[in-house]
Amino acid sequence: MISTIVIVGGGQAGAQAVDTLRRAGFPGRLLLICDEPELPYQRPPLSKKYLSGELTAERLPFRHRAFYDEHRIELKLGVRAAAVDPRARRVDLADGEALNYDRLLLCLGATARRLSCPGADLPGLHYLRSVADAAPIKAAIKPGSRVLIIGGGYIGLETAATCRHMGCEVTVLELADRVMNRVVSPCVSQFFEQEHRARGINILCNTRVARLEGAGRIERVICADGSEIAADTVIAGVGAIAVTALASDAGLACDNGIIVDEYCRTQDEAIFAAGDCTNHPSLRFGRRVRIESVDNAFEQAKTAALNLLDRKISHDRVPWFWSDQFDSKLLIAGLSQDYDRQVLRGDPASRSFSVCYLKGDELMAVEAVNHSKDYMAARKLIAERARMNTAKLANPSLALQDAVNQTGS
Amino acid sequence: MPRITFIEPSGSRRVVDAPIGVTLMEAAVQNGVQGILALCGGACACGTCHVYVDAAWLPRLTPREEMEEGMLECAWEPRDNSRLSCQVHITADLDGLEVTVPLRQGA
Repeated sequence: MISTIVIVGGGQAGAQAVDTLRRAGFPGRLLLICDEPELPYQRPPLSKKYLSGELTAERLPFRHRAFYDEHRIELKLGVRAAAVDPRARRVDLADGEALNYDRLLLCLGATARRLSCPGADLPGLHYLRSVADAAPIKAAIKPGSRVLIIGGGYIGLETAATCRHMGCEVTVLELADRVMNRVVSPCVSQFFEQEHRARGINILCNTRVARLEGAGRIERVICADGSEIAADTVIAGVGAIAVTALASDAGLACDNGIIVDEYCRTQDEAIFAAGDCTNHPSLRFGRRVRIESVDNAFEQAKTAALNLLDRKISHDRVPWFWSDQFDSKLLIAGLSQDYDRQVLRGDPASRSFSVCYLKGDELMAVEAVNHSKDYMAARKLIAERARMNTAKLANPSLALQDAVNQTGS
Repeated sequence: MPRITFIEPSGSRRVVDAPIGVTLMEAAVQNGVQGILALCGGACACGTCHVYVDAAWLPRLTPREEMEEGMLECAWEPRDNSRLSCQVHITADLDGLEVTVPLRQGA
């Protein structure tokens, strides 16, 4: 009998799992352990409206405290889970408490990758992953202050846009030859580079950071080519790493994430995992993936929660992502790693266009810039493994769903 | 505080006190109204906070913008009175508003 479920991690996945468990009628003891002191909250606004002050702290939590009380969810906030003993089915907390479980769900999330160059230990270098991380950045981004951002990915560019909006002088350093090079096609990179530059952000691609320098705190960044850039605040957005130590220390297999099957189960039949911390099979894309997204955390946690109750539901969703930068919205459906053709729909100069990724004639992914119709249609079509007519697809006056190859050939 | 009624997919009515200035979506989510997921937290990026607004109230809402329009067009069962609740801000004028949550969310 399943009488106690323990969930470690209070991000999107953990918060969703407790919700799903109660809605599914789980009557037993339900505990949510989180090392952050806040009620489970949304992370996406941290680089956007929360950083700019438009969204206040009390609007970040998913639910009010009353929700947890009403549903008898025991919150243990500000407490770290120190160890898991799978044989004893016990979680040891850093404050000395030991909790026995019948089922354990790990929603450990991801952590910001750290810089390793000389000077990376100087004050004035920030990462952005949590409310606590955001606090010193919020305090530092005053009009006229010089902000240097290392990494032109989602976090780097969203933060750059917000800092610029706040009146800072902003420089972005990107190692690759274009921004967001791992996640979008060249024309989308180019569109966003132009958006940023048009608003006065200095984007330097092909630029490697050699070291950070300053007397007691960061004053400048030295690039590999010897150039120097003065900065008051440096923010590094250079990727994220799955948090797995609790699982690997317990003997569970980890490889770029905690290894789980399509039912979100680890090697241990009583331990499941969901969200950014998992390496899981994607049935739709036919390979193992680790996905950092709100949507995956939500869906995988929902599935895992039901499987904790001995259901057997596969996690098989088309992932989606979004990014807000200035007044433009990047919307991505699917995974673009496996494809043989890209088809552009519309003219980037019109500020609304999309790029479709095809493998043969099967739609694998769509990147839509300010084009919510293509994006929403793509989410459905990719899940259905729709086959597209390329000539129709390239005609932006046709709706995406009307570019499906009807012959089925 | 304006009082909003959500008719959940199960048919049950949830009455929520919504502070002025928050969105209809936030009022729903923070009070645990069933069927409104709002995964993107109000960025108009997921189409999972879709509601049907009681027709009598439509004139009191600011009209749909293009992004919302595009999201709703491919949402599950869109209707003329469909809105993304993250794009509707609570005003004093909306005291008594009634909205219905669709059976499904998303594309």
